[in-house]
Amino acid sequence: MHDPGHEHPPIVRACHWIIALSLAVLIPSGVEVFAAFPSFGDKVPQADLFVPPSALRLGGWLGGALQWHFTFAWLLTIAMASYIAYQAITRNGRQVLFVRRDVHGVWPMVRHYFLFGPKPANSEIYNPLQKMAYSIAIVLTVISIVTGFALYKPAHLSWLANAMGGFRLVRVWHFGAMCGVLAFIPGHLVMVALHGWKNFAGMWTGR
Amino acid sequence: MLPLASAALLLNPTWRREAIERGLALSDVASATVFNGHHLAPVFADHEVTPFERYPLNSYLTHDPEVDLDDWRLDVSGLVHTPGRYTIDDIRALPRLRQNTRHICIEGWDVVGSYGGVRLRDFLTAIGADTRARFVEFRCADDYYESLDMDAARHPQSLLCDEMYGRPLSREHGAPLRLVLPTKLGYKQAKYITSLRVTEVLGPKRGYWVDQGYSWHGGL
Repeated sequence: MHDPGHEHPPIVRACHWIIALSLAVLIPSGVEVFAAFPSFGDKVPQADLFVPPSALRLGGWLGGALQWHFTFAWLLTIAMASYIAYQAITRNGRQVLFVRRDVHGVWPMVRHYFLFGPKPANSEIYNPLQKMAYSIAIVLTVISIVTGFALYKPAHLSWLANAMGGFRLVRVWHFGAMCGVLAFIPGHLVMVALHGWKNFAGMWTGR
Repeated sequence: MLPLASAALLLNPTWRREAIERGLALSDVASATVFNGHHLAPVFADHEVTPFERYPLNSYLTHDPEVDLDDWRLDVSGLVHTPGRYTIDDIRALPRLRQNTRHICIEGWDVVGSYGGVRLRDFLTAIGADTRARFVEFRCADDYYESLDMDAARHPQSLLCDEMYGRPLSREHGAPLRLVLPTKLGYKQAKYITSLRVTEVLGPKRGYWVDQGYSWHGGL
């Protein structure tokens, strides 16, 4: 059945895959950067939180990781800005924007997915739990971009780091936002798998 | 299909290397564009300064360049009015400055240090440097080398530093003269400086770490 409301516009599809590719590079290269100083505290004395295994890293060393990280950080920024601008201007974003009236619908969906509860009726394209997950993922990605710029320019954008509690905390927020995005991905992939090939293909073709 | 094409591009090692090196170079263009020679990096009160004994040192313990402090000269060349070999007293005769600024390492750690010295800008004026020239290159006693854009070299917080924590610069911190650049990452702030050259064209040796893959601009 062909339903125009279920089509992803080309710009949304392009942004989705550029963002996916960017995150696939940014997360492991960021882990490699973290491995160069795996702490959020002082350098002397240095207390390592944990040293990430090399299988989770990309870039080979700090310099290589930063080449990956900066290249794809720009790509992510451009794709994310394009996506948000498009969704806001066309108001297509209302499909996924989690708003106050969605709050009461979250628990029934959780009960349905995880506790074998009945499937709640849903008149919208995305159910309240989906809207919440997508909205949080978008906000976390934006936070990772903004904290990234604060880390990139702590002198020229010192007001930004100060607004976030200072340079050291910015590293914590950047890392935290990455963990949040990371938490979104498995759930997203499981849902795509459950809802089948048609859904996955639709993100490429729009149908 | 654009995302698939870019993913395919990354599978070829040569293209991949080219792509990410260009990506970082693009980032350097952005850094140079937003660099504002009048914007000051944050400064700190004395009580916020990291204690001297907790100020990190990197490779000093494995290679002390054993600079002969009595015989030390700064070799000045390139697009300057008065090239030559300058003594530490020549440099110290310029107006002095002390500042508490943050030193940020590319690894992610930071310290707030107390630094004293003279403005690199004042020294460039004293030697009659052509300030329309684009770059300043530095060589060091430990075979380290670096280069700066003229905007950063002329930044009011960029120091030729001969003093830390109110005491003459110690050997492990780069005696007798090092760079302190609060608007640049740590690896740009060369220690044990022995020569300074003002140039319009960068040589093949742009920076010890830069030549291995770090950002050349390194601007914060």
